[in-house]
Amino acid sequence: MLNHLHTKYSRTMRGSGRGWLLLGFTVAAFIGFLSSAPVARAQDSTIRAIQNIFDPLSAPAETIYYVSVLVMVVCAGIFVVVGGLLVYAIIRYRRRGPEDDHEEPPQVYGSAAIELAWTVPPILIVVMLVLVTARTIGEIEHHKMPDAAEEIRVIGHRYWWEVRYPKHDVVTANEIHVPLSTRTNRVPTEMILESADVIHGFWVPQLNGKTMLVPNYRNTMWIEPYATGIYLGNCTVLCGQQHANMLIRVVVDTPEVYQKWLESQKQASVSDPQVAEGQQQFISNSCGTCHHIEDARGATGVFGPDLTHFSSRATLGSGVATNDDQHLRSWLMNPQDLKPGCLMPNMQLSSKQVDSILAYLRTLK
Amino acid sequence: MANSTTPLREIGTELAPAPPGHEHGTLTAWIQDLVFTVDHKKLGFLYIGMAWVFFIAGGILASLIRLQLAVPNNHVLDAETFNGAFTMHGTAMIFFFAMPMVFGLANYIVPLQIGARDMAFPRLNAFSLWTTFFGGCFLFLSYVAGPGLYGTGAAPDASWFAIAPLTSRAFSPGNNIDFWSLGILISGVGSITGGVNIMVTIFCYRCKGMTLYRMPLFTWLVLVTMFLVVMFLPPLSAAQIMLVLERFFGAKFFEAQAGGSPVLWQHFFWIFGHPEVYILVLPAFGVISEVIPVFSRKPIFGYPMMVAATVMIGFISAGVWAHHMFTIGMDSFSVTFFAFATFVIAIPTGIKIFNWLGTMYGGKLRMEIPMLFCIAFLFQFLIAGLTGIMLGCAPFDWQLNDSYFVIAHFHYVIVGGIVFAVFAGFYYWFPKATGRLLNTRLGLWHFWVFTIGFHLTFDPQHFLGFLGMPRRIYTYQEGRGWEFLNMLSTIGAITQGVGALIFIINMIWSARKGKIAGDDPWDAWTLEWTTSSPPPDYNFEEIPEVRSRRPLWDLKHPEDPDWKFE
Amino acid sequence: MTESSLFTIFVVAYLFYLGKSLNPPYPREVLEFPWLGSFFLFGSSATVVVAEHRLKKGNLGGFHLWWLITILMGFGFLIYTGAEWYHLIYHDGLTLSTNLFGSTFYSLVGLHASHVVVGLLLLTIILIASLTGNIQPRHHEHIQMISWYWHFVDGIWAVVVTVVYIIGMQS
Repeated sequence: MLNHLHTKYSRTMRGSGRGWLLLGFTVAAFIGFLSSAPVARAQDSTIRAIQNIFDPLSAPAETIYYVSVLVMVVCAGIFVVVGGLLVYAIIRYRRRGPEDDHEEPPQVYGSAAIELAWTVPPILIVVMLVLVTARTIGEIEHHKMPDAAEEIRVIGHRYWWEVRYPKHDVVTANEIHVPLSTRTNRVPTEMILESADVIHGFWVPQLNGKTMLVPNYRNTMWIEPYATGIYLGNCTVLCGQQHANMLIRVVVDTPEVYQKWLESQKQASVSDPQVAEGQQQFISNSCGTCHHIEDARGATGVFGPDLTHFSSRATLGSGVATNDDQHLRSWLMNPQDLKPGCLMPNMQLSSKQVDSILAYLRTLK
Repeated sequence: MANSTTPLREIGTELAPAPPGHEHGTLTAWIQDLVFTVDHKKLGFLYIGMAWVFFIAGGILASLIRLQLAVPNNHVLDAETFNGAFTMHGTAMIFFFAMPMVFGLANYIVPLQIGARDMAFPRLNAFSLWTTFFGGCFLFLSYVAGPGLYGTGAAPDASWFAIAPLTSRAFSPGNNIDFWSLGILISGVGSITGGVNIMVTIFCYRCKGMTLYRMPLFTWLVLVTMFLVVMFLPPLSAAQIMLVLERFFGAKFFEAQAGGSPVLWQHFFWIFGHPEVYILVLPAFGVISEVIPVFSRKPIFGYPMMVAATVMIGFISAGVWAHHMFTIGMDSFSVTFFAFATFVIAIPTGIKIFNWLGTMYGGKLRMEIPMLFCIAFLFQFLIAGLTGIMLGCAPFDWQLNDSYFVIAHFHYVIVGGIVFAVFAGFYYWFPKATGRLLNTRLGLWHFWVFTIGFHLTFDPQHFLGFLGMPRRIYTYQEGRGWEFLNMLSTIGAITQGVGALIFIINMIWSARKGKIAGDDPWDAWTLEWTTSSPPPDYNFEEIPEVRSRRPLWDLKHPEDPDWKFE
Repeated sequence: MTESSLFTIFVVAYLFYLGKSLNPPYPREVLEFPWLGSFFLFGSSATVVVAEHRLKKGNLGGFHLWWLITILMGFGFLIYTGAEWYHLIYHDGLTLSTNLFGSTFYSLVGLHASHVVVGLLLLTIILIASLTGNIQPRHHEHIQMISWYWHFVDGIWAVVVTVVYIIGMQS
């Protein structure tokens, strides 16, 4: 374990060069938008869009990386040997021409010695692979969580992610914030995965392998990121029409920034008189029957994402669009335009209603 | 017969009578004959014809999928249609292309190879065929159901393995899933009855002198395959019955709210699903095991070991199913066990590859079209097996499961392995079945275009998996690093389509205008080459008697017969 | 082999879900050991063997008699099952959709019962064929195939009794 952390610093430096096509693009508007929040954010806004499994940035992903490389090297070796023999055979034993037809080659039926010779090495390779695999499985699945570990519950819905922080009484959706883990201050995050409807899958390659979210079944996985940034991921198990747009955003913050974020999430939603009209529209149009907003009377629904700090999130619709006014307006007019098949129906709002609700939602930071 | 100085291509060009039955009479007589036939050869044709039709349908679906995924945020297909497209592509290709192809080849070739006049139960044979065909039609009927052709129809859209609980009434309210379960239940009956038929034929109708250990390898592999069919298709039927009961009668098998377990569906499905892929691949091995020896001019290296390895593969295949479920959250003991079993099954499979290599070593390789396909098969199946080992390592699989790497792996097996073997088998046995050789020029075009297309399609997909692209998504965002590879893959898919088209043209053209083949164009050694091309209705004038594994070799080389050495 | 494979899956489902139903009725509350049904079915296996012997010896009359008794006992089993189900559905409120136990019980026992029905059909066809003079002692090997199927159905019943009743009634 410590071994991995020892290399992680050099890894982070090398990681950005090691990735395949690394298009990191900073979203300046995003930073500007966040800075208007009541909390100062010095967040690393590097979007890690290229999720290469061979560029791990978290302890379990790195463990998998090492065993993967070993397996690939073994396989490459086998390919070179067997492929080479095949190429050799094709060249060496080709029929040269009609002159080759006058006699059949020696009719060899087999050879027990040769059979044995090529059975034993594969058995040995298999033994080695099994041992390595078993050890890696144990290393990841039976990892002991330190007491300081963060804990989150992720509940999969069609087509969004409910995220709960039991230790802090925080509830949010789609955007998952976790603390950075360093050698001196190890803070892995344990994730409990459940599902409210069908089977989903959680995958952020640079953080760990994937695990399914199965209804009536509790899974756990853990991550221990050692590089800040915004990690993108996907739902990996077909869950219906908008499976492709059930995107994951894991925001890894330094502990200070993370604490600040937690604080901001614990605050009650703002009750700004300027948007009272919007809040009222929200309730009277039954938005509250699906969506929960802390301290807003009538907004107690749990069917849809919690919106208490909706405007603190970078995207809407679990990643289908950026959370700017244009997209939000489109969503409110008809969510089926941006995400056809998602479970929020067209609420048939007028343009004026949309404007006032939008203004209200923008205060929910 | 092979009189040494004559190159293979010239053999059979001496004037041969038109193959019997060539005059079809009226069209209605011909159709009536096909519909009511119980002759294994004609039923074989029907199976194979059906397979190619569904292959084309599945290929069109694949092309649509690839077109949609060529660029990010594309609008060729909407989400619902896309989900239906890949579900139907997978279901059609596996159940209505690959399985009928297996049964078709087995039906045609096995009786000829064992010196029998027909299958054990000819009428049951016809029943199996039409049941399978009906199942396939029923499945595709889904496209006109529901909103009909104006909408996207009601094609099943929960993936080819119908993940519970997505398939329950609550999440799939239309009839899409029902088309899936009922279509496959129906064709499953056809498959199981076909399997029984072939097994009985092989056990009871071998000609005199042909012990099990003297059977051609294709027949051996078909036998083991049919064992797998009768043992492992029922779990699928059982699970589908449970699904139907759940959807129509409110039974509670996989419903989480009633305390049911969706994981149970996965166990049941994969207990079928894994042996299923061996059902598809073993006959392909059989074809390769027939073609390579003939075109290397040597007997198969290590026949007993090949049989043993096949039986071992059959047995072990029953114990690896949960490697499809490594990410579902099983306990680590189970995960380790299934990883172990998956690695172990690689051993007999690897042995087979070595034996094929050993056959080629010291031979005189004739690079005719069947052999070209075999060589491509060897390379590609080797890679497929190795990516399978990578997936067998559970932690590696935790990253790669449900990603494009898996898609690349199984298409390497099914297309790069099985389809290539089928092509090899076609170029090899087409002359026997029709009396005419397939055109070599078109064959070369077919080979190269299809192979290049194949690699262009699936090689990039391995890397898409490495870069985090999951399966079954109808679109993806820019900036994920997936654009270029997807575009490559789409170009490859179109190329493959062209290659397949060339093949179909070749078949149609050569059936009428191909060079006359004669009884034994390849100078081969198994019983099917002793009778005319095409064989008469009764297969053999006299049921042969054999003394070795290569009866024709014995006849052609009386000074050096096999039975002296075996 | 095929059939065993099919039944195995339903047996597995039943065993897996034993004790996991979220609502009653539960097995131990509503199941009673099927003495009478088992007597009928296992007994019919014995009588079918007797019938075969009679046929082999050329005693067609005896064959008809014992074959008929087999069929009647098979029917007796079906009637017993029907009565059991009637009681379960209308008095205990257990249907296919009630809970996990209901689903797995009816599907497994129902699958078996459907095989009994098919078996009875086959037996009846043979009886009619025989009564019209089409079956001779030399056909005894073909008849044996039918009786093997019947024994198989009985064997499955043994498994069902063990799994559903003996083990199931613990929950």
